[in-house]
Amino acid sequence: MTSLDAARLSDLFVTTALAVFAAALLAYALAAALPRSRQARARVAVPAGGALVDETRLQPEPVSEPPSRVGRGATALTVAGTILVCLAVVARGVAAGRAPWGNMYEFGLTGSAAVAVAFLAYRRGRPVGSLSAWMVVLVLVLLGLSVTSLYTPVDDLVPVLNSRWLVVHVAAAITAGALFAVGALATVAHLLRQRRTGEEDDQFSELAHTVHLVAFPIWTFAVMAGAVWAENAWGRYWGWDPKETWAFITWVFYAAHLHALSTVGWRRRAGYLALAGFAAFLFNFFGVNIWIPGLHSYAGV
Amino acid sequence: MEATHEEQALGSGQVTRPDSREPAFPPSPRPSELTAWGRWAWRTLTSMRTAIVLLVLLALTAVPGSLLPQRGVASDPAAVANFAREHPDLAPWLDRLSLFNVYSAPWFAAVYVLLLVSMTGCVIPRCMHLWREFRSDPPAAPRHLSRETGHLVGPVERPQDALDAAAGHLEAKRFRVSRTDTEVRAEKGRLRELGNLAFHLSLLVLLFGIAGGKLFGYEGRVALVEGTTFANVSASYDALSPAPWADLAGLEPLELTLDDFSAEFETEGTRLGEPRDFEAAVTYSSDDEGEGSTTIRPNQPLDINGTKFFLTGHGYAPELTVRDGNGDVAASGPTIFLPVDQTFTSDGVIKAPDARPGSLALQGVFLPTAVTGMAVSAYPDQVNPIVELTAYTGDLGLDDGSTQSVFTLDFTDLDQVRGKDGKPWRVSLAPGQTARLPGGLGSVTFDDVSRFANFQIARDPGKEVSLLAAILLLLGLTASLSVPRRRIWVRRNDDGTVEIAGRSLSRRPVPPGELEQLADTLGLSPADAGGRKDQT
Ligand code: HEM
Repeated sequence: MTSLDAARLSDLFVTTALAVFAAALLAYALAAALPRSRQARARVAVPAGGALVDETRLQPEPVSEPPSRVGRGATALTVAGTILVCLAVVARGVAAGRAPWGNMYEFGLTGSAAVAVAFLAYRRGRPVGSLSAWMVVLVLVLLGLSVTSLYTPVDDLVPVLNSRWLVVHVAAAITAGALFAVGALATVAHLLRQRRTGEEDDQFSELAHTVHLVAFPIWTFAVMAGAVWAENAWGRYWGWDPKETWAFITWVFYAAHLHALSTVGWRRRAGYLALAGFAAFLFNFFGVNIWIPGLHSYAGV
Repeated sequence: MEATHEEQALGSGQVTRPDSREPAFPPSPRPSELTAWGRWAWRTLTSMRTAIVLLVLLALTAVPGSLLPQRGVASDPAAVANFAREHPDLAPWLDRLSLFNVYSAPWFAAVYVLLLVSMTGCVIPRCMHLWREFRSDPPAAPRHLSRETGHLVGPVERPQDALDAAAGHLEAKRFRVSRTDTEVRAEKGRLRELGNLAFHLSLLVLLFGIAGGKLFGYEGRVALVEGTTFANVSASYDALSPAPWADLAGLEPLELTLDDFSAEFETEGTRLGEPRDFEAAVTYSSDDEGEGSTTIRPNQPLDINGTKFFLTGHGYAPELTVRDGNGDVAASGPTIFLPVDQTFTSDGVIKAPDARPGSLALQGVFLPTAVTGMAVSAYPDQVNPIVELTAYTGDLGLDDGSTQSVFTLDFTDLDQVRGKDGKPWRVSLAPGQTARLPGGLGSVTFDDVSRFANFQIARDPGKEVSLLAAILLLLGLTASLSVPRRRIWVRRNDDGTVEIAGRSLSRRPVPPGELEQLADTLGLSPADAGGRKDQT
């Protein structure tokens, strides 16, 4: 297979994945609209006289019903779409002969795959309700945006981007970013539901929480790996380049978020702080690359 | 508990009562009591809320520096001057507010210093409290175990041995365990608190590391033409920005020669001309590391005992020989031409003050790939190198003592050399060609083209400390976010039943399998416990 074949294959996978995710979204919408045929018990039956009440699993009365046939179809489509984007990432890597995160299109592509994988991994055995559909929307938007406005043909890297630390740095940043995206989605869902029900905790806040706890150290590592790379490339590990600055702002907002979680009566604000962190992350990805000149801007729009 | 924060389990479905609670802000005392005010101020400063507010402030104050041009930020040294020219009314005000050097502004420093003070004042007492807690036995079980996580009560096979079995099991699981006649109390997860402490204190270490570079380090730049040698003394630098306490007299004794520079560019496709590979072959000799030769590439600096050389750019240095009216060589050798675009259209100046009958200056544009009818180079590599020259005579202004850039001419006392037709004299030369200047002023020969490389030279004595701090930070953070701190209690009731329950002291839940395994070990409700194992 030549590089060109691999690149075409990758594009084909992306197009198919977009279609499959769109179908999944449709199926989720359908599943939500159709009346439930059968209301089944979702919780594990507690045996009579049995004393073991499982409170250790953090599940606040999930309102989960066994998925209808359409619902199961939606899930299958989501899984298929996820596999397709992953294949697209691999094909792109083969085509370029390097890690497929050398320009903005590739960040977007790999990021979409990471979001989908992160969410599916979390979802296993947990009730997430309508969040699945929103996750598909998120992936569709990210992937669609990458294809329509960020697409670049496969190419080699400019020499300064050709570094092992860069591969590590960007991989960590994409992973953390994908988790932040899932966290932001769950946070919005939680804040909306809280406005209606007043509940402090639900499966959304639980999801956001887990995801943020994992994402924060990964983001910390991404920033550090970036600093090591900058030291190797430019002779200083921190120079307040706009990209570095917004990475720092993102980090500080999420640190504030974690503190607010530990502070009585600040749960709601904690949610807003996490969203501020994600906004800073997004701005770093889109705004800084496109509008602000800096040492990083040769990464190729 | 003295520490000014609350702990609250935030996992849903699980309520952990904090050991202590703190009011939103400490109540303010009567104004007459000065020490009380001081204490109130300190409490407020070290409260968790203040920490959050300061963190948000830190994020917000970092923003303007990314939107406005900054002094001393690498991308474009002229950015601030350009901005000031475009916004002459606004710029002085922004400057007064330190908005062109945000990250060394007093208000930015105020935020992070307050934050670090707050953090230290918050974390140190918390440590001492934890230290005391860890040295004493795990606390007694709450009276109503049924309100705790994973509560389980039931008959066991051998009630008299149950507590021993539980203690043994928990000890084997590396819990800290103490027991009474009726209770086993166990706690685990100290690592979380240690991690939290290590993480916060590493921020102070990081500050030291950063300060090391900011106070004792330096950064400089030099452009070297192939074949030339750089000696590491401050006079050899094209630009040097030392920290206040950098020892410029004691720079690492070393010499570096650029033997050869090669560059590769994309030869086809839409990215035609994009750089693909750079390589600077150098030889060095230093007192400390002897002699050697190596190649410096992007991302592959040369490190000589802490002084590092980074390849940051390159360009062309055409070799021109200028002969004066008498036929004597007035200037020769390679001259650095500064690239002005991606295809290395480059500008340069050759000054020959000693030429006879009068001083001569040449202004040139070098095109590595000249194409007829185009004023700029078509490609960055040398395919059809051409130098275009115009000439001037008169006073070069070199004698009046004022410093002058080698890259520009001061035209005030210069006259342009003109041909017989009265139009400015202008030639295009390919390597090997010679042109005669009109009026017997002399001649100029384009001998050859060399390349030059830009090196960034830096020394940062705080770098290792910063790296250490970063590693500590990451390890501490990971421990503090992933290890749950939790307590488990086992109580034997008078009726022969046994109760177990746990409580998380952190935001991570008590690991689900832990209580079930304990129940298994004790033979407590074996049917149920067995049936649930697949969940864990
Ligand atoms: C200098 C900037 C600071 C940063 C970047 C920072 C970051 C963090 C992070 C990421 C955590 C998460 C660990 C966890 O949730 O368990 C944390 C926890 C904590 N921080 Fe900070 N912090 C800073 C300053 C402070 C200050 C000023 C205070 C006190 C006023 C403080 C007190 C605490 C406490 C008590 C915890 C533990 C919370 C818990 O147990 O849930 N920190 N910090």
